[in-house]
This record gives sequence, structure tokens and C-alpha cells, in this order.
Amino acid sequence: MLRLERRATPSKLWAWAAPVLAVVFTMLAGGALFAAFGTDPVLAIRTIFWDPLFGEFAFFYRPQLLLKAAPLVLIALGLAMGFRAGVWNIGAEGQYIVGAICGAAVALALYPAESWLLFPAMVAAGALGGWAWGMIPALLRVRFGTNEILVSLMLVYVAEKLVAAMALGLLRDPEGRGFPGSRNLQSYPSAHNAEIIAGSGVHWGVVAALIAVIGGYVLLSHHVRGFHIRLSGAAPKAARFAGVIPARVVIFCLGLSGALAGMAGLFEVAGPAGQITIEFGVGYGFTAIIVAFLGRLHPFGILAAGLLMALTYVGGEAAQAGLQLPAAAIQVFQGMLLFFLLAVDVFTHFRVRRIRVREA
Amino acid sequence: MSDPLLRLSGLSKAYPGVIANEDVSLAIAPGEVHALLGENGAGKSTLVKMIYGLVRPDSGAMQLSGAAYTPATPRAARAAGIAMVFQHFSLFDAMSVAENVALGMEDPPRLRDLATRIRDVSQAYGLPLDPARIVGDLSAGERQRVEIIRCLLQRPRLFIMDEPTSVLTPGEVEILFATLRKLRGEGVAILYISHKLAEIRALCDRATILRRGRVVGACDPREVSAHAMAEQMVGARFGAPLRTPGETGEVLLSLAGLSLAPLGTFGTALKDVAFDVRAGEILGIGGVAGNGQDELLAALSGERQSASGSVVFCGDDISRLGPSARRARGLCTAPEERLGHAAAPEMSLTENTLVTGAERENLVQRGMIQWGAAEAFARRIITAFDVRTPGPDAPARALSGGNLQKFVIGREVLQSPRVLVVNQPTWGVDAAAAAIRPALIDLAEGGAAVVVISQDLDELMEISDRFGALSEGRLSNIRPVRGLGVEEIGLMMGGAETRALAHG
Repeated sequence: MLRLERRATPSKLWAWAAPVLAVVFTMLAGGALFAAFGTDPVLAIRTIFWDPLFGEFAFFYRPQLLLKAAPLVLIALGLAMGFRAGVWNIGAEGQYIVGAICGAAVALALYPAESWLLFPAMVAAGALGGWAWGMIPALLRVRFGTNEILVSLMLVYVAEKLVAAMALGLLRDPEGRGFPGSRNLQSYPSAHNAEIIAGSGVHWGVVAALIAVIGGYVLLSHHVRGFHIRLSGAAPKAARFAGVIPARVVIFCLGLSGALAGMAGLFEVAGPAGQITIEFGVGYGFTAIIVAFLGRLHPFGILAAGLLMALTYVGGEAAQAGLQLPAAAIQVFQGMLLFFLLAVDVFTHFRVRRIRVREA
Repeated sequence: MSDPLLRLSGLSKAYPGVIANEDVSLAIAPGEVHALLGENGAGKSTLVKMIYGLVRPDSGAMQLSGAAYTPATPRAARAAGIAMVFQHFSLFDAMSVAENVALGMEDPPRLRDLATRIRDVSQAYGLPLDPARIVGDLSAGERQRVEIIRCLLQRPRLFIMDEPTSVLTPGEVEILFATLRKLRGEGVAILYISHKLAEIRALCDRATILRRGRVVGACDPREVSAHAMAEQMVGARFGAPLRTPGETGEVLLSLAGLSLAPLGTFGTALKDVAFDVRAGEILGIGGVAGNGQDELLAALSGERQSASGSVVFCGDDISRLGPSARRARGLCTAPEERLGHAAAPEMSLTENTLVTGAERENLVQRGMIQWGAAEAFARRIITAFDVRTPGPDAPARALSGGNLQKFVIGREVLQSPRVLVVNQPTWGVDAAAAAIRPALIDLAEGGAAVVVISQDLDELMEISDRFGALSEGRLSNIRPVRGLGVEEIGLMMGGAETRALAHG
């Protein structure tokens, strides 16, 4: 009989091997899934994981990778802070949408302003919008003890209704002949989050994501506030004993993750998306949860995981187009990553022991 | 006595570093209410866990109705007719009473039939309980009834209750006692664990007294005085004090009228606690666990804040200050629970120095953690207190209880606090006590005030200069340890010392 036995200390080897193994298992299971659709599994895996990086059209896909990874990394970093502290913000998608609305609203209200100050003001407004949306579950939890998982998740649906109402009403393009959707910020020079180097995929969101990775690392590993965040998650009673006020940790974590998600939303609406539309939210806020865990809630891990997840997006789209795979199959594929990660993760904390069954 | 229902012969059980039970023998007759009496840590819980199949004895034998009895699991114990109500309940708040009862059954009947049976049993034994109510809405006493009825539905021959009255109001205690007397009348044997002497005298036919894992006496509690039982429970002989009280200085910590709501469901409210401790002095605070020790520590550490003026440190009111501010001033504390409260289990020893050491050891400067200084501090603790560990990178969880305790106490002592408050400094770590007690004495001799909260009276008599006892959240008068007799201590712990000793 096999039995799981708790390790005295979590295995460092397994902690980093687990994500790699999870990717391998996902490829195997995903390959089997694609084979069931009648697609050559090797071709499908190559289309998703290899071609975007090294294939014939890599020059087209590589910038795409950065564009997809930037919001994922930015959001996942904020989420990871909360997850470390035991604050479960599941509603980053909502904070992302509200950040985009607020940032875009600043630009649209001042249309057609021509000032270099406009874009920083939009970033600030985006962060503030996401922060405010994150404060709702934070204050409700601190004040009334509500569950932030449920409140933040439900606020995603509120945000989706809100963005639809904005696209149809307040922010609708007055010159759009009644079509839903705001003015396109890509043709509004002061507000456009353009690529810093044309064709590279590097826009201000990518820069912000890299700064956030470094900032997140310093905070978690070298700043006392980051230590208090980790202590709150690891041993809440010890955190109170150390003088940490739990309510402040909740407010800080939800505020930070909200602000980062809001900024990600702004960079998206002012850049690749270009406008507020009814279907603005495409799920970055949810995928970022997978990215956070896949990256071991560690800033550098999140950077790597964000790029990997972006690869499944970009490669997945290529597979949809080239191999006629259904979009849902790609989503299953991403879900499998988290599933296998959690499964393999057991071995970080436990080891398998073979025991002899004693006769009772 | 008629033929015993359960006979224990020479049961022993040792855990690493602690002997929980040694050569324990006793017999319980059908229809007898048998008290198991002893201080916390005397080995009562381990003994009943062996009877209930949760713990396997190292040696010794048990017989049930004359046949060998070796329960491997609680399920086997239940099948043999033994039921137990634990001090902490295992109920699901969101489910109804009947659903909770069904969860504990081997093969539950239909919920409607079960509800009828619950109603019948609850009426028959005078324990009012509605099977349809949601457990989350019930009081602690009513929850206990759910557990009792769950047991009664099995028709037990032996019914074990672990400190059942600690969660009950006086009225509920009366109802419970009526039920237990009715069960006794039906021939059910009851093993009743408690340290409340008055209850035992009111209810029990026989008492077995445990101290440090051994049976130290057996008596009929109705015929023996509470004093005599307390004396046996506490032990009649104390070691000579290790030190002679030296010169004491100014008052460093002063509590006045400290009252505090209980921590959690099983906590005890502090009522009007007052004491002074002076520089160079060790104050010992005794009492059985759960009489407000955790609350007192929280009120001193700053985890709980109290009314203005109730905690005064070196002349300043610190009642409203948090833990960091109190540490910065020089009031350090070490709680009882090592893993999870004093230290974070998954974090390294270096990281754990930051839990309390940040302020006084300058481990954090302008918000940035000085990892080098933190590691050096961890190494200093490891060396000074002989903490056995691979190094400062080892997680706290990997240390044995004694070594972690040395680390936790060392972390506070090496910060040179002006006042140190420790709760259970040597609890369950006999081997580490030899390092910890002298460190506390040295600290006091260096001019600090030390408050030791402990259930180990020997320890308190050995190291403290003055002694007080907590009883149901009230602190007795503080008396010098020299010349303090066992009987007085027993009464102080019972909360009755001032009246009885006024003329003595």
C-alpha cells in the first residue's frame, strides 16, 4: 500500500520541478485531447509551443507574446501578494475592466487634448479605478467579515455590465454612427499606448510589468511589509503577535492587486484593444490566477509563467486558425496546467511511502 | 465493589521527552461515576485516549467485563460500548442537529426516524434539544447535548466525559448532572475528567488522582475534604527555592482593574486583575489551564488592548499600544503555543527572529529587512541557548518542541527586555527546562522584571519570589513564595484564598 507522508520541510527541488512537470503532463494530456479531435498531437503541440517562438512566422508572434504576457504578469503579481497573505482576490477581471473604464474616461473626457501629461493621468486613473473596485471586497471583509472570494468574484459580473453600459452610453463614440464602443484611442495620439519601439511589442504596459516584477521581489523578500504579508498567510496568530494588524494587510493586498489590475486594463484599452467595447474583458484577470500559482507566487516565477501562458494564448490562436481546433480546447488546455500543477504540488509537501498492511 | 466493567492494569505511555502515563491501574464498576482528577498535564487525556482507542499503550493491559480489551480505533471502542464526549466538539455549524448526529453513525437511519429517536432520547434524559435546529445557532451547552445524545444513541456501557462543565453555565451544569445521575441509575459507568473539586464531590462515587502521569491516590470524594484532594493533586512536596529573593527595585509593570472579554469560545474572561512587578523580581502566576492565562498574555503582549490605565509600564499607560510599540519600550512576551503563535512553522529561524526582534535588535531599517543582522541574531540565540538545529535556515517546524522553546524564549531573553512575560516556558519540554529556568533567573538578577505564567507548580516554587493564582479569570492575592504551604496554594488555585486564610 502506498501512503503519503508529510515532509519535515517542503522540498525545494519539487517546488521548482512541479511547474515543469505540470507543463509536461499538460502537453501529454493535451496531446491526447487533440488526438481525440483527430488532429496530429505532435503537430498541435509544436504549433502551440514551438512555432510562435522559433517557427517561420516567429517575427509576427514574438511581439504578440509580450503584449499578452504584460497584463498577465501585472495582474498576477498583485494577486500573488494577496495569496501569500491568505487574501483571495478572485475578481481581478473586474478590477481590470474598471481600471480600463476609468483610464479611458479621462482620455475621452479631455478629447482631443494634446499633452504628454494625458497618458500618465490615464495610468493613474486606471490604477485608482482598479484600487477602488478592490476596496469594495476589502472594506466589506474588514468591516462585516464577508468572504472576499465571493464579493470580488461577483463584482466581476457587475464590472462586465458596467463596461457594456459604458460602451453603449456614456463613453460611446459620438461619431460612431450609433455603433457601440468608444472612440478608438489608437487614433488619439496623446492617449495611445503605442509601442515604444515599433514592431517589438514593447509598450508601456510591458515596461510597467517589468518594474512591477522587480518591485514585487523587493517588497516580498526585502521589505518588512512583504514579510508581514507572508507571515499573515503562514501563521496568522504569529502575525498578530508580531504586531501586524490583519485588516491593514487585507486592505493593502486587495488595494495593490486592484491597482495593478486596473493599470493592466488601462494599458490594454489604450493599446492593443484601443477602445471600450461591450466585450472588453477577455479573461486576463482569471488566467492571471493560474499564472500566479504556476509562478509559485514568486515575482520571477510569475514572469516566466506569464510568458508561458501568453504562449498558450498565441500558440492556441495559431492552432485554432491553422488546425481548426475549437477555442474551448485551448481553454481546457490552460485549465489543465493549473490542475496538473496542483496535483504535482502534493509532492512538494509530501513524500510517497510504501507501507506493509498489517493484519488487523 | 462488584465486578468491574473496565479494569486498567499497569498502563504506560511515553512520548518523546515526556512520560504521559506510568503504571496506571484503576477499575470502574457498572453504575459508578468515577472521577479522574489531576492538574493539566497529569496524564488524564492520554489515559482516556488509550481507553477510547485513539492512543495505543506502550505497556499494560485493559479488560472490559473480564475480557481482554485492545481497541485499535475509536470505532472499535464504540463497538465495545464505550462512548466519549470531548472537550472540543466535532460538529458542523451549517448542518442541523439530526444531520450532525447522522454523520457520526456507522449506518444512519432515515433522517426523519433519527429525528424521532433524538427527540425521545432527549426527553428521556432531560436534555432539551430540537433535532431540526442548525448547530451554528446553538449555545455551547446545547452543542454539548448534541454530542451527548450522539453517544447515548449507541447505548454505551461506559461513558467518558472530558471536562464537560468548562463550557457550561451553572444552570446547564445542573441539567447535565441530572442526566448523568439518571445514566448511573441505569447501570452505565461514567468516567468523569475534571479538576473542579466541588463538582466531583457533588457527583462522583470514586476518584482516582493522577499527578505527573502516575496514580497518586484514590478516594471517595464524598468523604475526603477538598483540601486533601487538592493536596494530592498538587503534590505535597516542593523543591527548595533555587534562589533567595534579592533586592528589588522600582515597579516596572503594574496592572490595575484589568478586565478583558474571553478569546474565542473556550476562553475565559479576565476579571479585575491587578499586580505589580518590580525590577529584579520573578512573579509566578499559577492556575489550571483555561483560567485566563492566554488572555492575560494577550493583554500584556498587546495583541489585545484593554481599558486605559489598566496596563502601566514604567509609569506610562501602555494599555492602548500594540505589540510592536510595547516591545520597543522593553516589554517582551512569549506565548504558550510555540508553533503558529510564537513562531511561524514554515518559516526559517532567521525569518522567525523578525516576529519579535525587529524593533529592539534593529533588524529593520527604513522598512528594509537587514537579513544579515537577522541571521546573526538567530545564530546568537542558537549558540546562547544550545538550540539543536542544522542552522538558522531550518524551518521552525523541523525543530523538536524543546529546541523550539529554547529558541522562542532565547529570542526574548537576548533582547534584554525590561519586563519579560512568559506563558508555560517549559511546558512538555523537561529537557529544555534546565536551560530556560536559569536564563529567566539571570534576567531578573540583571534588573529585569519577569512574570512566569505556568501550570507547573514545582517550577513556580523553584524560580519565583512571589506567587499568585488565576482562577476563572480572577487573580488571587499575591503572596511571597517563602513559607507558602501546599494547602494555601490549593485554595488560591480554587479561588477562595482570601476568605479562608484571613484568620490563618
